[in-house]
Amino acid sequence: MTNEYIPQAAVIREIIPHTEREWTFRVETDGTNTKPGQFYEISIPRYGESPISVSGYADDFVDFTIRNVGRVTNYLFDLKPGDKLALRGPYGNGFDIEEFKNKEVIIVAGGTALSPVRGVIEYAYYHPEEFKGFSVICGFKSPAEVLFRDDIERWKERLNVIQCVDGAPEGYTGPVGMVTAFIPDIEIKDAENLQAIVAGPPVMIKFSTLELQKRGIIDHNLWVSYERRMHCGLGKCGHCKMDDTYICLDGPVFRFTDARKLFD
Amino acid sequence: MKQIVSKEAFNEGLAKLLTEYDIYGPVRHPYRGTHSDTDKIQYQQVHSFDEMEWDEKSQFSPKSAVLPINQLLFYFVEDQWLEASETMRKILVFLRPCDLHGMKRMDEIYLNNGAPDYFYERRRKMIKFVVVGCKETYRNCFCVSMGSNVPEDYDAALNIRDDHFELDIIDEDLAVFAGREADFDIDYVTENTFSIEVPEEVDSQYLAEHDMWREFDSRCIACGRCNYVCPTCTCFDMQDIYYKENEDAGERRRVWGACMVDRYTDIAGGITFRSKYGSRMRFKAMHKIYDFRKRFGYNMCVGCGRCDDACPQYISFSETIEKVGAVMKQKLNEEDPA
Repeated sequence: MTNEYIPQAAVIREIIPHTEREWTFRVETDGTNTKPGQFYEISIPRYGESPISVSGYADDFVDFTIRNVGRVTNYLFDLKPGDKLALRGPYGNGFDIEEFKNKEVIIVAGGTALSPVRGVIEYAYYHPEEFKGFSVICGFKSPAEVLFRDDIERWKERLNVIQCVDGAPEGYTGPVGMVTAFIPDIEIKDAENLQAIVAGPPVMIKFSTLELQKRGIIDHNLWVSYERRMHCGLGKCGHCKMDDTYICLDGPVFRFTDARKLFD
Repeated sequence: MKQIVSKEAFNEGLAKLLTEYDIYGPVRHPYRGTHSDTDKIQYQQVHSFDEMEWDEKSQFSPKSAVLPINQLLFYFVEDQWLEASETMRKILVFLRPCDLHGMKRMDEIYLNNGAPDYFYERRRKMIKFVVVGCKETYRNCFCVSMGSNVPEDYDAALNIRDDHFELDIIDEDLAVFAGREADFDIDYVTENTFSIEVPEEVDSQYLAEHDMWREFDSRCIACGRCNYVCPTCTCFDMQDIYYKENEDAGERRRVWGACMVDRYTDIAGGITFRSKYGSRMRFKAMHKIYDFRKRFGYNMCVGCGRCDDACPQYISFSETIEKVGAVMKQKLNEEDPA
């Protein structure tokens, strides 16, 4: 019997700020069994636990990109490199890179939901020859809220990356518009075999999957990552259940053939 | 082993068991009910049969004996975590057949949905059940309709008679009662005061968009009483507390959660799913009569009727199931008028 509820203390190696309230915490822990799209329960004793997506990983660290919006995260933003936090995981299925190899891939991500797919994009950046095409559309609310700026610029060297913003002040020259506005323009060679991933808030998932379907992408090859209240991560607490599906156990990554049947 | 046991001998047997077991049963607390001049009947530790209340249904189920309302998981001191200890004593729970069926559902979630839950399994191993046969149905019961009227998989079973007990001991460890052998069957009801038809075919996606739930948007007040009294509601919330005198030390606990109550689905960034109370009612109803069955092969609801007893707005869950059935029938008729 293993006690899954007791977290491990882990040292913060580095804190990488993206915006005022969105930072990446690089945490020293074994990342050899971690997959993109999985999540950990990060906890600050006294304040509680939060499910946080893996935004990057290596053998000896895991990255968590966190927005400062709650009790636990508020405390996290007071921590410095060298401080400890507590974590348990990884949980959930995550993305299996093998499903995407030797295929055309389109990734559509909104805001912090770039985290769960970042590992897939990083893999493609280092192994572009293993894909028949790789496009990323990542959208943010405004130019000030863009995350992973340096990564995005780097990805552009080898992958087809469109980084857009919903709205921008006068004088902004980059792409402006919702992520859905850029889906029709992506060059597609073989829609039937193309693999697409959508990660973002519920409304974005709804309209992006519609746009991708219009481009001829079949539901079986369309992947979504769902965010719900994965409170225990172990299939017990009930908070993340949709119909008969436990997002923490059966997800958070689903083929759209399964995900389209899910509702709250 | 089936035997007839006198009241005195039964209490003597319980006294023997008390050396090894903590015994839980329903206890009546006069004038402690929610409303004035009402009693409260809830599960707690008892020391003799006379302390237990069987004439009326307990308002709360025995799940608190298995899954404490507030369960300490571990202590934290700086960055160390110390696992909370569990009772080393065995636990004996007296309960009705529907509640015993409820335990099977608790086990399903805590032991079979994903890896076994450490804290649940640790306590569950210490627990044995004595089922108390039902001669008559209580108010609002519909166990027969849910198929949970017949007691199954118990460690001992008991029929309460006017001046004696009929006791069927399965677990040898409990064979401490003096009595004479006899043959009898454990009581169970074969009909309740009403019956309902649980729809075989449930289209939860269709129902999610149906306006039958809108009546509950205003009727339901999202108090969660139906969840807390339910023997099969298993959800919990995590809760951290720290000591006032030393904020670096504290505890993590889990406490009963409720899908009818605000914040159940809240995630970071202010997103809430099912903000309408009617939608929460649907979510709960679907779990009890449809999606648990889809995942595990049998219905979650055991028909104890406690949710109907407890609702301050007089919403009837059994009637809601009937309404779901009617909506599904209508849908099938529309699709295939023949």
